[in-house]
Amino acid sequence: MTTEPLIRLRDVRKEFGTQIVLAGVSLDVRGGEAIALLGGNGAGKTTVLKIVATVLRPTAGHVRIAGHDAVRDAEAVRGQLGFVGHGAWVYDDLTAAENLRFWTTLGGRPASETELGIALAAVELDRVGGARVRTFSAGMKRRLSLARLTLFSPTVLLLDEPFAGLDQRAKKWLEGHLEAFKDRGGALLMVTHSFGRELGVADRIAILAGGRIALDTPRAGLDPDDLQRLYAAHAEDGP
Amino acid sequence: MSFARRTLVVAWKDLLVERRSKETLNALLFFSLLLLFVFQFALGPDRERLAGALPGVLWLGFILSALLALGRTFLIEREHDCWEGLLLAPGDKSAIYLGKLGANLMLMAVVETLVLALFVVFFDIDLGRAFPGLALVVALGTVGLGSVGTLFAAMTAHVRAREVLFPVLLLPVQIPVLLATVNATEALLLGEPLGAVAHWVKLLAAADVVYVAVGLLTFDVVLEG
Repeated sequence: MTTEPLIRLRDVRKEFGTQIVLAGVSLDVRGGEAIALLGGNGAGKTTVLKIVATVLRPTAGHVRIAGHDAVRDAEAVRGQLGFVGHGAWVYDDLTAAENLRFWTTLGGRPASETELGIALAAVELDRVGGARVRTFSAGMKRRLSLARLTLFSPTVLLLDEPFAGLDQRAKKWLEGHLEAFKDRGGALLMVTHSFGRELGVADRIAILAGGRIALDTPRAGLDPDDLQRLYAAHAEDGP
Repeated sequence: MSFARRTLVVAWKDLLVERRSKETLNALLFFSLLLLFVFQFALGPDRERLAGALPGVLWLGFILSALLALGRTFLIEREHDCWEGLLLAPGDKSAIYLGKLGANLMLMAVVETLVLALFVVFFDIDLGRAFPGLALVVALGTVGLGSVGTLFAAMTAHVRAREVLFPVLLLPVQIPVLLATVNATEALLLGEPLGAVAHWVKLLAAADVVYVAVGLLTFDVVLEG
């Protein structure tokens, strides 16, 4: 029996005016699987992520998330998603705990004080949970946005440069969190420029170039040198 | 229950951020004070001239303050991509509109109360029996201004020339509200009873119902862009 992938893109095109950003992207991510989407600047990685997240609508093509059409049934899709994009989704004049309380209540799942404490402790922000986010560094804001993910139970995680700006301990925590998410059967699509430790979470590597998936290959067995060679051969900004 | 809770959390967030930053409130209070000084100098001490101009002057003060306050409603959501967060939050998006509207009405009420108090002092007016009726007209007019202003602030949030576009869009739609509030205020300040301006009050109430309903029904589309 074959089950439908949790993320399915078929011939997805996206045009901004006369500029064609995506010229026909097809990609599947199954439950328990993580894909790292690589590509040069302006290749359209974030556009793919935003289309899957229902923030952008594709010009053409089909996107299905957890069995729902992402265009016609965006509201059902949003209930299944966890998304951390470029922005941290934080309000500088609220405290860390107040930020989390706001997003969980707005998301229809108000968190208790205990849950907020656990989420903040997971990203080592529990000691500054009562401090205004205005006083936080960029890395701390990033950790706060990741703490938000622990308070929901999404089936699909979409992450844009998730390891960027994190210190080593936070990176290790995030690796563990993402592995546990995969073990629970979730599908993870993450966008990255790095060949570093985030690729350790990925089961497949996809390279976006020329508005299409130029390469989609299992990561197992590929060492960093292999990855560099593949990237150089397929990505537009490869050496 | 969830809708009410989501509405309240949006209003709570906006008011808490404003209470801590005081960015809008401080600017509005200073602006209102300046405006009253300008009107005082322009109109002079002539009581007859004042009586005819006061309703318009009062509402001009309210409207200019509201334009500044409402135009900033969604700027906070553009920081750190919080707009995306609102868009992706599951559930009825009209709760976000209602929460934003509630916070705006609270903020406008604070500013209007102060403007009205300063207005009484600057122009030596005895509100006396007119106060309850005036409070009702101001409250209804504020809902009319706030409901359309909140919606149009969302519509223009991503437009480059939003500071220009926002009042250009808002003011024509507000004509029924402005007409009713200025006429009702004039009559009340001249000592007429509330019953004498019932037709204006009904027009205001009807406009409020229509504006809030349109806001609730269309906010989802506006947020999606």
